[in-house]
Amino acid sequence: MNIEETNLTQRRISEHLLKGRRFDGRKPLELRKLEITTGVSKNAEGSARVKLGNTEVVAGIKLNVATPYPNEEESGTMMTTVELTPLSSSRYELGPPRFDAIEVARIIDRGLRESGMIDFKKLCITPGEKVWSIFVDIFSINDDGNVMDAAGIAALAALRSAKMPKYDKETGKVLFGEWTEDKLPLNEEITPINLTFHKIGDNFLIDPTAAEEDSAESRISLALSNWEGQVMVNSVQKSNEAELSILKAEEVIDLAEKTFKELSERINTDIRK
Amino acid sequence: MAYTKRPDGRKLDEARNMTAEIGVIPNADGSAKFSFGDTIAIAAVYGPKTMHPQHKQNPQRGVLRCTYDMLSFSVTERKRPGPSRRSQEISKIIEWSLSPVLDLEEFPNTVVDVHIMITQANASTRCAAINAAALALAQAGIPMKDLVTSVSIGKLDKTLVVDVTKEEEDYKEGEGATDIAMTLMSNNDEITSLQLDGKIPPQALKEAIRLGRAATKKIHEVQVGALKAYIEENKK
Repeated sequence: MNIEETNLTQRRISEHLLKGRRFDGRKPLELRKLEITTGVSKNAEGSARVKLGNTEVVAGIKLNVATPYPNEEESGTMMTTVELTPLSSSRYELGPPRFDAIEVARIIDRGLRESGMIDFKKLCITPGEKVWSIFVDIFSINDDGNVMDAAGIAALAALRSAKMPKYDKETGKVLFGEWTEDKLPLNEEITPINLTFHKIGDNFLIDPTAAEEDSAESRISLALSNWEGQVMVNSVQKSNEAELSILKAEEVIDLAEKTFKELSERINTDIRK
Repeated sequence: MAYTKRPDGRKLDEARNMTAEIGVIPNADGSAKFSFGDTIAIAAVYGPKTMHPQHKQNPQRGVLRCTYDMLSFSVTERKRPGPSRRSQEISKIIEWSLSPVLDLEEFPNTVVDVHIMITQANASTRCAAINAAALALAQAGIPMKDLVTSVSIGKLDKTLVVDVTKEEEDYKEGEGATDIAMTLMSNNDEITSLQLDGKIPPQALKEAIRLGRAATKKIHEVQVGALKAYIEENKK
């Protein structure tokens, strides 16, 4: 485990996929076993652990009071960070986040933000002076592929479980460790889900294991959500060097819509449990 | 009301005025400037040269390395100099946009450095950056199987438009603004980069890609025009 996959393994994975098969018996567009647990870290405003097969990530929400951005004086802010920890795979090293971690964080951030699930206007305390600032921090615990989509689900579950901390209006300070009964201002009808499609040969698959991830030529992440009764794409990022034809891009957009419709209800139910 | 009129009077499928110029940085092995209206990018290519640090060398082929940054005063509110999460991501997107058309197999253990600066910004900076970089690589004589061309398609409420400005990017009515930056090979229907943020139905996204394909054809003519002008100039 965790060493670079050999060319031989990559060829086998690719040959299998041609027949619509995967090493672990799944279909190309089938997730591994998904487990969502919320409230996994007591001092956080909200938290969640997500397991996808052997892949595990935790996400935590912390809130603080900050000054708003000058161009959005009446809106709260959000910052998403991802750490791919050396604890989770021999591939990662200590140190400042490298590009792969930054990319996951930025993709998850855009999916959550653009879906409109968070009402940033309601996070304003004093216009132009004080607003709530949400920190979504995601850590990998065990990376067996697809940390990206697991991170997205963990962030969503953690946000939904978060409670607002107490705030002292006189001093303008947050009373950390004490919570109100209020939740974050979220629209619970909106369920943003990030789906990453990996292209191996001429075929797409989702939720790859680390070995499958290594065998993929290119990947494209789409964040989708439901908005006023229709499916919306909120973010797209095509990654890696290999090109993707327009026809293949159209195919993956259709697959994403179909997969989102199948998964969103199930993920919603799992989070509410 | 549907979005039908653009603030600067352009047609929905019309890009801003474009200029392209080759050889703007004499020290570089290849260089170019590309602009969409007020958005201006300059790119310089250095290499192929030996890759340092050595452990990053690839004995099978040369490596492309891109850096994108904005001048601190290129935007309305000063940008803190130095790399950011945003610039690191865009640098990588630019690398992925250009790599598929480059053939660096004849240059093992080398690096081709592409440095790009935005000198003035009014949206679509990554697209201007990619268009400038493609021209700079061509002038540097790096083997390429095609040129790449980049464009941003916007969806403002429900209307698709070509080459959005900052003013359009901030549109808030109806479904708001969606920004779709894409790079395509000039002579093949292959996408080398695709990025989006906003809110767009899957069908409209497909239309946006087709609109981007049509728009890049015109931008490609500007790129080719600049390369031809440069060759003419140097015949004298």
